[in-house]
Amino acid sequence: MNREELQAMGEREQEKQQSYRCRLLCCASTPCLSSGATAVIETFKQVIKEHDLEAEVAITSTGCMGPCSRGPLVTVQVNGQQDVIYEQVTPELAREIALAHAAAEPKTVEKNILPGDLAFFTKQKKVVLSNSGLIDPDRLESYVARGGYSALAHALREMTPMEVCETIIKSGLRGRGGAGYPSGLKWDLVRKAPGDKKYVIANGDEGDPGAYMDRTLMESDPHRVLEGMAIAGYAVGADQGFIYVRGEYPIAAKRLENAIRIAERRGLLGGRVLDSSFNFRVDIRIGAGAFVCGEETALMASIMGRRGQPWPRPPYPAQKGLWGFPTLINNVETFGNIAPIIENGAEWYASIGTEKSKGTKIFALAGTVETTGLIEVPMGISLREIVFDIGGGIPGGREFKAAQTGGPSGGCIPAEHLDTPVDYESLSRLGSIMGSGGLVVMDDTSCMPDVAKFFMEFCMDESCGKCVPCRVGTVQLHQILEHITNGSATQEDLDKLEELCIMMKETSLCGLGQSAPNPLLSTLKYFRQEYEAHIANRTCPAEKCTFTEVPPLQLTEELQRRARLAKTDSEVS
Amino acid sequence: MSVVTLHINDELVSARSDQKLLEVIREQGIDIPTLCHMEGISDLGGCRLCLVEVQGSNRLLASCVTPVQEGMSVYTHSERLVKYRRMIMELLLSERNHTCAVCVMNGHCELQYEAAKLGVDHVRYDYLSPDLPIDASHSNFTLDHNRCILCLRCVRVCDEVEGAHTLDVMGRGTNSRIITALNRPWGKCISCTKCGKCVQVCPTGALFEKGSSVGEMEKRHAFLSWILNGRERKEWHW
Repeated sequence: MNREELQAMGEREQEKQQSYRCRLLCCASTPCLSSGATAVIETFKQVIKEHDLEAEVAITSTGCMGPCSRGPLVTVQVNGQQDVIYEQVTPELAREIALAHAAAEPKTVEKNILPGDLAFFTKQKKVVLSNSGLIDPDRLESYVARGGYSALAHALREMTPMEVCETIIKSGLRGRGGAGYPSGLKWDLVRKAPGDKKYVIANGDEGDPGAYMDRTLMESDPHRVLEGMAIAGYAVGADQGFIYVRGEYPIAAKRLENAIRIAERRGLLGGRVLDSSFNFRVDIRIGAGAFVCGEETALMASIMGRRGQPWPRPPYPAQKGLWGFPTLINNVETFGNIAPIIENGAEWYASIGTEKSKGTKIFALAGTVETTGLIEVPMGISLREIVFDIGGGIPGGREFKAAQTGGPSGGCIPAEHLDTPVDYESLSRLGSIMGSGGLVVMDDTSCMPDVAKFFMEFCMDESCGKCVPCRVGTVQLHQILEHITNGSATQEDLDKLEELCIMMKETSLCGLGQSAPNPLLSTLKYFRQEYEAHIANRTCPAEKCTFTEVPPLQLTEELQRRARLAKTDSEVS
Repeated sequence: MSVVTLHINDELVSARSDQKLLEVIREQGIDIPTLCHMEGISDLGGCRLCLVEVQGSNRLLASCVTPVQEGMSVYTHSERLVKYRRMIMELLLSERNHTCAVCVMNGHCELQYEAAKLGVDHVRYDYLSPDLPIDASHSNFTLDHNRCILCLRCVRVCDEVEGAHTLDVMGRGTNSRIITALNRPWGKCISCTKCGKCVQVCPTGALFEKGSSVGEMEKRHAFLSWILNGRERKEWHW
C-alpha cells in the first residue's frame, strides 16, 4: 500500500459511514464488557435483523467512551443530529434505543441519557484518546478514515530521522510512564547511539492498582500505538519493535495482535512500509504478571526470556538494551502522543499544558467520586477541577480527604493542596508523582495508616527479591504498619518506620524499591496526627481500624516507675 | 588500557579505566563489606552493602557494579553509609533464621563476620522466621533454606563456571527460594555434577557438606580463581 491508496481507503470508509442513516456505537472495552456490553451488542444485532435495517443502521463495537462506572455505554449518531450517549444500557433498553433511533422519524429514548454538556466531557481535552469510543479497534479502515497512518506516511516521505527527533524535542513531550524524562532527548540518544541493530519497546505492563490508561489505549485504538512505534522506529533507526502487554490484559493483546496482522497485510508494518525502504516489524510479548517488569531493565530481561529482575544502570537501555543493542523504551501512552504531534506540529502540541509539562495526560479516576472512569485533561488543570467538576465530587455528602496519585510509587495529596496544578513538578513538590496516571480519591472514611499498609502490602508482594532493602524492607515496613493499625505499636516503631523508609529510598537497586516508601512518607507528612492517634491513644480517627493487640510492656519505663513508687513507699514508712 | 585518576576518601588514586570501583577501593586497603560479590563470577549489585557516595550524584551507588570514571570523588565510610550498612545487616538477619549457635558454619560464616565487624549486636526488627524446609536428598550436600540470604553466588557459579545451571531462583520478594532442577529434590536432579562449587562459594550455612557438625564447615573460595586462571591463562599453580 502506498500513500494514495491509504488516502483512498480513508475516503471510501468515510463515504460508507455517511451512507448509514444511524450508527449505534457500543463500548466494548473491559469495564463495559464486564457490565454486560456483549448482551447489548447482541440485542442491537437482533433488532436490526428483525426489522431488516442492515443497510441503514450500522452497529460498531468501539473502545472506551470515558465514564466507566456508568457502563455499558452506547452512543447514537444520526446524520444531522447531535450525538446522544446512553448510560447503563440493559438489553431491554437497547431494544428501545435501536427501535426509536432507527425509525423513519428518529426519536430519543428519554431515560439514561448522559447530558452532552456534562463537565465530565466538556472539561476534557482529547488528543491521545481522540479516536477512542468512535472507531472500531478491530477494523483498520475506521482508523484510516480518521486520518490514521498519515503521520507515518508524512514522516517517511517528508522528514529525516533527525527532523522527527527534533519535532518530538520541540513538542516538549515527556515520558508518560511516570518519571517524565523528555522523550525527544531519549529518541535522539538512541538515534545517535552506534549500532547496526536497534530496538523499540512499548511498555504496556501497567501494574499500578487502579490504573488502566494503557489498557484502554491498546484496546480502543491499537493502530495509534503501532503507528507511534513505527514512527519511533524510523526516527531511531530500528527495524524491530516489541510491545510488552501485561498478562492480565487478554483483550488488549488480542486486539493488538489482530491490528498487527492487518497492518502487516496492508503494508503498513513489516517489510517496505508504505512502499518506502523502511522495514519495521512488531511482536507482542505477554508479561507473566510481575509489577517489577514495568521497570525498563527488568522488562528487557523478561523480553529476552530471563527472570524479570532489574539490573543496575548505567549502562542505560539507550546505550545497551536488548541483547546489548541500543533500545528505545517508552510507555504505550507516550507512543499514543506521537501521531498527533507529527500531524499537527510541535508548536500545536507545545501550546497545550504548562511551561514544563506539555500536552495532555490520561488519568484513571477512581475511588469515592460520583463518576469514575478514564479522562484526558490538559496538563496544569487543578486537582479540584478533576475531582469536583469532572468527577462530580464526593458522593453521599462526605468530605474530600486526599487524592492518591501515581499508585504505589506515588503519594497522597491532602485537601489543602486541591488547587495545585497537575504537572510533573508540582506533584513531586508535594511528595507525590504523576506516575502512569492512576488517581484514587478518598473521603473521610479512609484511614491513612491503613491506606499506606495497602500500598506497602502491594510492594511487598511485588518486590522481585534481588536487593535486600526492598526485599526485606517492604516486609518490615508492612509489619510495623500492621502493628500500628492493630494497636500494638509504640512511639519507637514510628521512628523505626521513618528511618527504614529513608534507607530504602536511598539504597534500593531500582525504581520499585526506591519509591515504595512514597505513599507512606506522604501520608506521614500530611496525616501524622492519625499515626500518632493510633499509637498514643489507640484510636482510629476514621474509625476503620479495630485494635486487637496491646503494645508490649515498656520494661525500662515500668522499672523506673516501680523504682519511683518504691522510693515514695519507703519515705512514707 | 588507559588510566584514570579519582579521589577515594579525599586521597588521589589511579586506576585502570576498565576497573570497577570496588576493586580500586579494596586495592587501597580500604575495607568495604560485601556479600553477593565474588571475584570470578558476574556482579549482581543485590546486597547493597558495598554502597558508596559519589560526589555529584544524589543516589548511592553499588561499588561492585559501578565503573570508575575520571575525576570521580568517592566516599566509602560516611556516617550515613555506615548506618545504612548496619540496617541492611539487621534486615538480613531478621529475614530468615540465623541462629549461629546451632549452625555448621559458626565461626567461619561471612554473614556472621560482617555483622560482627559492623557492630550489629542486636536486631531491632521483628524476626520473620518463616517455616522453611531443608533439602538433604543429595548424597554429598545439604541445602538449608533457613540460612539462605539469596546472594545468588551459588546460582551464578553453577551457571557461569560449572555450566550446569542446576540452581536457580523461584518466587519473588521475600518468598524467593533457591531451587534445584525446576524445583525437584536436589538428589533426584540429573544436571547436578556434584562438583560442590555452590557449596564452596556460599557465604553462610545454607549450603554445606554432609557430615559436618556445628562449627566444622570451612569454605575454600580460592578454588574459583584457580579454575578461572587455569582456563584463561593456562596457569595451573594451586
